[in-house]
Amino acid sequence: MKLHNISFNNLRRRKAKMAFLTVGLTVGIATIVTLITLTKSMSGDIERKMDEFGANILITPQQYGLAMTYGGISLGGVTFDQKEILESDLARIATIKNAKNISAVAPKVLGGVQVAGKQVLLIGVQFDKELKLKQWWKIFGEAPKAGNELLLGGDAARVLNVSTGDTLEIKGERFKVTGILDQTGSQDDSLVFAQLGVAQRLLNKEGRINLVEVAALCSGCPIGDMVLQIAEKLPDAKVSAIQQVVEGRLKSLDQFRRFSYAMAGVVVFIGSLIVFVTMMGSVNERTTEIGVFRAIGFRKSHIMRIILLEAAVVGLLAGLLGYGAGMGGARLALPFMAEGKQVALVWDGLVGFGSLGLSLALALVASLYPALHASKMDPTEALRAL
Amino acid sequence: MSLIEVRDLAKSYRSGDETVEALRGVDICIAQGEFITIMGQSGSGKSTLLSVLGGLNRPSQGTVEMAGVDLYALSGEKLADFRSAKLGFVFQSFNLIPYLTALENVMLPLAIRSLKTREKVAAAGEALSRVGLGGKADRLPNALSGGEQERVAIARAIVNSPHILFADEPTGNLDSKTSLEMMNLFRALNDAGQTVVMVTHNPENCDYSDRTIHLRDGLVVAEG
Repeated sequence: MKLHNISFNNLRRRKAKMAFLTVGLTVGIATIVTLITLTKSMSGDIERKMDEFGANILITPQQYGLAMTYGGISLGGVTFDQKEILESDLARIATIKNAKNISAVAPKVLGGVQVAGKQVLLIGVQFDKELKLKQWWKIFGEAPKAGNELLLGGDAARVLNVSTGDTLEIKGERFKVTGILDQTGSQDDSLVFAQLGVAQRLLNKEGRINLVEVAALCSGCPIGDMVLQIAEKLPDAKVSAIQQVVEGRLKSLDQFRRFSYAMAGVVVFIGSLIVFVTMMGSVNERTTEIGVFRAIGFRKSHIMRIILLEAAVVGLLAGLLGYGAGMGGARLALPFMAEGKQVALVWDGLVGFGSLGLSLALALVASLYPALHASKMDPTEALRAL
Repeated sequence: MSLIEVRDLAKSYRSGDETVEALRGVDICIAQGEFITIMGQSGSGKSTLLSVLGGLNRPSQGTVEMAGVDLYALSGEKLADFRSAKLGFVFQSFNLIPYLTALENVMLPLAIRSLKTREKVAAAGEALSRVGLGGKADRLPNALSGGEQERVAIARAIVNSPHILFADEPTGNLDSKTSLEMMNLFRALNDAGQTVVMVTHNPENCDYSDRTIHLRDGLVVAEG
């Protein structure tokens, strides 16, 4: 017979009350685990979705002049000593500190060419990377796979009067149009897309590029830092963040996270109240019993240990059950939250140990006053004496 | 030599707007190995006296010296240690812990002692045997009769070999036959050397004791 035997036996005797307490705490912990797991899983999903909205870092050649464009209308500009970016230099982007946060690097080469008697803007891209970056593109036909294939913007196809399967001649070479872009409302509508290498050859810009779009997002690192890191690696290029996109992405994530934490706070408060009220009720029911303990020589600390041990057992059990139930809840809720898409559930050991720790701490803290109250009970209660 | 020496003991408490004087200058001496009964009408102060003697109720005035120790000069936790080591209690309603078996109830005072479980079980088993309940060690209190519950309560009170066994109206909730059995048990314990201080309202119980202290309105009015 030790003090813990008293705690365990009491828990067994008061099954209904302790089950209520455990369930109350379990629901609280499960809610927190669900919210945090959803937040983590959704963060990944949101980051991925936001990547679909396009690039957030732009790398262009360094220009010592002022651009004279406004609202899409270019009036030309004074540009001098422009250094083009070498394609071979792009490998350096992968060596920056936050390289793992880069999801796509899409280099482009641009230049005007004559096609069917009309001046058009030819753009050379790496289609696999471009399609990853611009997931909103809707292509009638297929994206080019071979070097002699082209993709046309909607306006370009209309002006050149070609459709999928037709051929076009550029600088004496014949190309097959494999796909036409649906209207995007952007500059892409008037472009002729070719493989990067082919376009570089046609434009006499082998190994050089005019523009690199980079898609990156990380909740833990500021895009500003990544811009500086890339600029260090490419000193002859101008690296700039598309601030609006970046800030929008981070703000959305932050709002979602804050909502989760606020909900978790409310749940912790309600859970604490449940534990406090139940433990206080339990202590008051056991006035005589505690009086007997005191009368036969139990110290106040012994009484506190009995009560707190009961709370700890309930807390640990609720922590375990709550984690299991919370992960189950997150698994059920995730497909709805992620709009039916397959999103991976994040199993985080920290959440597991955290839920156990939180449940234990919550049970102990909320039981501290009831335990103190019990330890101060008058032993004469047991003797019905005055 | 006295085991317990009570000097000028007074205890008052507030009841609403009134101050009730439960004890008003009590002087008692109890010798080692004595069986004392304390008699008195309801409200005479006998249970208050027992609780003060048992180190459970700090007096308003006076001293209680037990085996040379001034009981109320001890701090709260030291007093608890003293109760644990030197005193045993039998309560009127037995106050057994309902979720512990008879053996576990008897072991309860040993739960805070640094003894091996084997030694605790042996001591509790022996105490149960002394009260004639060795065969029902595994029963929960609700599976025992009133007399058996009282025996368990007595075994719990003597398991740590206390200097003094205090009993508060131990036959108050028992029929006359069981009451006789219990008084014989207390007598037998006393014959074996156990000092017993018992509060009772039943004059027949006084026949089993060496001496009876009569209380009225918080004062000792007769002894003998």
